[in-house]
Order: sequence, then structure tokens, then C-alpha cells
Amino acid sequence: MENVLEAKNVNVFYGDFQALKNINMKFKKNAVTALIGPSGCGKSTYLRLFNRMNDYIDSFNMQGDIMVENKNIYNKEIVVEELRKKIGMVFQKPNPFPKSIFENVAYGLKIQGVTNKAVLKNAVRKALQQAALWDEVKLDLDKSALALSGGQQQRLCIARTLAVEPSIILMDEPTSALDPIATAKVEELIRELKQKYTIIIVTHNMQQASRISDYTAFFYMGDMIEYNKTDTIFRNPQYERTQNYITGRFG
Amino acid sequence: MNNSQINRLKDKTFNYFGIFCTLIGLVILAFFIGSIFYDGLRRIDWDFLTSLPSRKAEKAGILTAWVGSIWIVIFTFIIVVPLGISAGIYLEEYAKKSRLSSLIEVNISNLAGVPSIIYGLLSLEIFVRLFGMGNSILAGSCTLALLVLPIVIVATREALKAVPHSIRAASYALGASKWQTVWEQVLPASFGGILTGVILAISRAVGETAPLIVIGALLYVPFTPSSPMDEFTVLPIQIFNWISRPQHEFTINAAAAIIILLLITFIMNGVAVYFRNKWQKKINW
Ligand SMILES: Nc1ncnc2c1ncn2[C@@H]1O[C@H](COP(=O)(O)OP(=O)(O)OP(=O)(O)O)[C@@H](O)[C@H]1O
Ligand SMILES: [Mg+2]
Repeated sequence: MENVLEAKNVNVFYGDFQALKNINMKFKKNAVTALIGPSGCGKSTYLRLFNRMNDYIDSFNMQGDIMVENKNIYNKEIVVEELRKKIGMVFQKPNPFPKSIFENVAYGLKIQGVTNKAVLKNAVRKALQQAALWDEVKLDLDKSALALSGGQQQRLCIARTLAVEPSIILMDEPTSALDPIATAKVEELIRELKQKYTIIIVTHNMQQASRISDYTAFFYMGDMIEYNKTDTIFRNPQYERTQNYITGRFG
Repeated sequence: MNNSQINRLKDKTFNYFGIFCTLIGLVILAFFIGSIFYDGLRRIDWDFLTSLPSRKAEKAGILTAWVGSIWIVIFTFIIVVPLGISAGIYLEEYAKKSRLSSLIEVNISNLAGVPSIIYGLLSLEIFVRLFGMGNSILAGSCTLALLVLPIVIVATREALKAVPHSIRAASYALGASKWQTVWEQVLPASFGGILTGVILAISRAVGETAPLIVIGALLYVPFTPSSPMDEFTVLPIQIFNWISRPQHEFTINAAAAIIILLLITFIMNGVAVYFRNKWQKKINW
């Protein structure tokens, strides 16, 4: 399988503090890669590198290359807005816009200049169907998104990301604010999406990582300790640290 | 008495002291409003609202004054809204945190405390003389816009600050530019707060007298203005004019005009509160 993303000798600093240490990693296309590791080890920082969301943090500073389809996305000529249409992101806490359900999903296309009502309607419907939310909301697309439950809001945020038709989706603990039923729905969804999208997901839930991911990378205090097929990581990890973390002996 | 009893007593004493302080303000205000209403309420009728000023107190009305006030309010609004909101957006969303921007910030807060008559003097030099606006509605509106600009800027910044960071992150992550994020998401979400600030600013402008007198607003205007370049008077100046006359009838006129002015201010504040509540209910983060 081909690689779509690559981190080459990446070091990240917040001021004097080094959050990521010389990371080298390749991500496979149409696969789910899970990033695991104890709190504060740099998973979110790492994830945000790929759509350049760290750029808004004043003290942020990085060295190395992040390659997306063999282009360094930290090059000067890269247009960040274009990059983010290709690489979507779902956040830890559902963060719908204080607007209607329809407006939430249509926003990504509207800012690209799509105004045709029929096109928007179709795209919204398709995205909501993909996110397994359509049946629950099809009758009140004009209702405020803030009136949805947490689980519905998170699926709405996923639909909003899908509507832009990215090829890569970054997810930062997307189910940590959800109950088991909503979590199961989102996991199911991620398995579906894998057919068409490359997904990188941060999770603190070991069962979740083993259920949904094809590859897993274990991070510890800014170092990438181990990266392999999920099966291998969970059955037969190379390092004791990894073993200890997945079995819950520390972390 | 043991320690906790003493503390109890202190609590109680302060409680009564607080009530006393609150009441002083309220009682004085109630007395003031009561005496105004007692004097002025009888005087308010249709004629009073639609008559031109006159040397005879019974015939005099506030037509030119309230029409002038409305002209002033509209033009102040037109000037202060784009300026204040843009400045607020710039300072909150765009300006890099630097020595210069914090200097600007401090000075904007300071500006809000400058006596209004200073604004009048400044405007007399700049708008009336340098720009040749004369003592027109436009000059008056520019003066008041300058005066209340800090209120709008500060309110805009507070409203923008209240929009959670996660909304901006969501918008950026979908490929929106900064401008799109501010315009499509942040501004609409902070609209209630900004509007409240604007209305409070305008209701402050309605009551201003000193700076307008300094730039040469007229005490006696026998016509209603028909363009922004016309000379004008406003309600507070009309009130000031009547109060400074010796005859008791004019004092009654002044009381009646004060009631109208209070009414306008209360209505505007009411609208501000209404919008604030409405938007806060809609957006519950
Ligand atoms: N904006 C920031 N400024 C300074 N330091 C930061 C910032 N964000 C994160 N850090 C630091 O960088 C390190 C990595 O943080 P990061 O959020 O990437 O961890 P994480 O693995 O996602 O943790 P969690 O599992 O708790 O979400 C932490 O030590 C954190 O304190
Ligand atoms: Mg994190």
C-alpha cells in the first residue's frame, strides 16, 4: 500500500520545551492509524502538525518535514486553506457552529464559493448519510446544531468534515466525550470511512485502538517508541514500555 | 463575645451598611424622577411634541430638538458602527501582541475617561474648522462618534473574546481563511454583545450636551434640519436652554423635555437588554 503522509526528522518545541523528538513515520493510504500514549506525550501536537493547526500557537516552533503526497506542507508556497480542504480534522470536544444543522454541514463548501442550493443540499445529505446521522436529523435540518445530543453533535462534526471531501481525516480523541452507544456508532463509522479515507486517530482507549485501527504508534514523552501493525503492537510489542502501557500497568 | 459571634456581627453590620448605600442612590434617583414627572407630565401633549420653539413658554415645543436628536443619533450610528467594530475586530483578531498594540489598548481605555468637553474642543478645531463642516449635524455626529468610539471598541472586543476558541479552530480546520472565520462565524456569534455595546454607546450620545455646545450647536433653531449639513439643536441643549431661563413656565417645559429624553434612553437600554437576553439564550456554549 502506498504512503500518503510522512514525518521526517520532526522536532517540535513550545518555547524551550521539546514536545516531539525526532519523529520519523510513514502513514499508509486508506488505513486507520491509531496514536496512543500517556497524557502529555505529544499526540495532539503531532496530529495538529498535519493540518498546521499548531501555527496558531505563539510559542510553537518546529524542525523537519511533513510530507503530504510528497510535498512538504511547511513550504512557503503551500496555501494552508487548500491543505485543510484535503486534510480534515475532528476535535475532542464536539464543536458545532451555533447555526442550523444544514449550515454546519454546508459551511465548508460555502466558504469555497459553492452557492448552488441543489448542490449544497445534495452534499449535506450525502455527508450526513455517511456520518450515520441523516435518519435522525433529516426532518429538522433547520434546527440549531446546539440542540443535538453530544453524540449527535460529534457525528455532525464528522459530517461537516466529510462534506468538504478531504482524503485524510485527523481525529483527536473523537469519542472521549461520548457514551458507549454513541462511541460504538462513531467507531462503526470510522470502519466504514476507511474504504475512502486515510484516518489518523488519537485515542486513550486501548480497546478502541485495537478494534478500529490497522496500525498503531506508541508515543512516550515526545518520543515515538514503537510503530507497527495494530495486531503486532497489541499481541507482541517489541518494547516493555509499550507492553506496560497497553496492559495498563502505567500511564 | 467569642470570635465567631464577632464575625457574625461584622457580617450583619456590613449587610445593613450595603443596603443603606444602595438605598441612597435609589432614593435620590426616585426623588429626582418623581419631581420631574410631577412638574413635567402635565405639559406633555401632541402640541408640545410638534411645536417649534417659541419665546412664549406655553407655545414652545420640542419639535426641532427631538428631530435634531434623531438626526444626530442616526449619523453617529452610521459613523461609529463601522469604525468601532472594525477597530475591535482588528485589535482582538488581527493585531499581533506587541508593545505597540498594548499601548493602543491602554489608550483606548483611557480615551473612555476623557471629559467630553475635550472632545468638543478637538472637534471644533478639526471637524468644524479644518474640515469646514461648520456647526452642522455632520460635525456634531462626528464629535459624538469619537466620544463613544471607545465604548463600541471595548464592547466589540469583549463580545469577540466570549466566542470560544473551538469555533475558530473548527472553521480554520475546514479550510476557512481568517477573514471568513471572523465574518461567517465569530461575528454572528458575538452579534448580541456587539449590538448591546452599540446601543449603550448611542444612548450615551443622546444625552451629551457639552461637546455639542462647544462645536456651536444652536440654542434656538426655528426650523427642522433637512440635511446633515444643516445647523441643529438636540434635546439636552433645549433642556439646558429652558432651565437657564428665570420664568417658572420654562422650567416646566424643561421637565417635560427631560421626561421625553429619559423615555428615549430607557427604550434604547431596554432594546439592548432584550437583544442581549435573546442572543444569550440562543447561544449556550
Ligand atoms: N499551546 C501549548 N503551549 C505550551 N506547551 C504546550 C502547548 N500545548 C501542549 N503543550 C505541551 O506539549 C506536551 C504535549 O502536549 P499534547 O497536547 O500534544 O499532549 P497529548 O499527548 O495530546 O496529551 P493528552 O492525551 O492529554 O491530550 C505537553 O507537555 C504539553 O504541556
Ligand atoms: Mg491531546
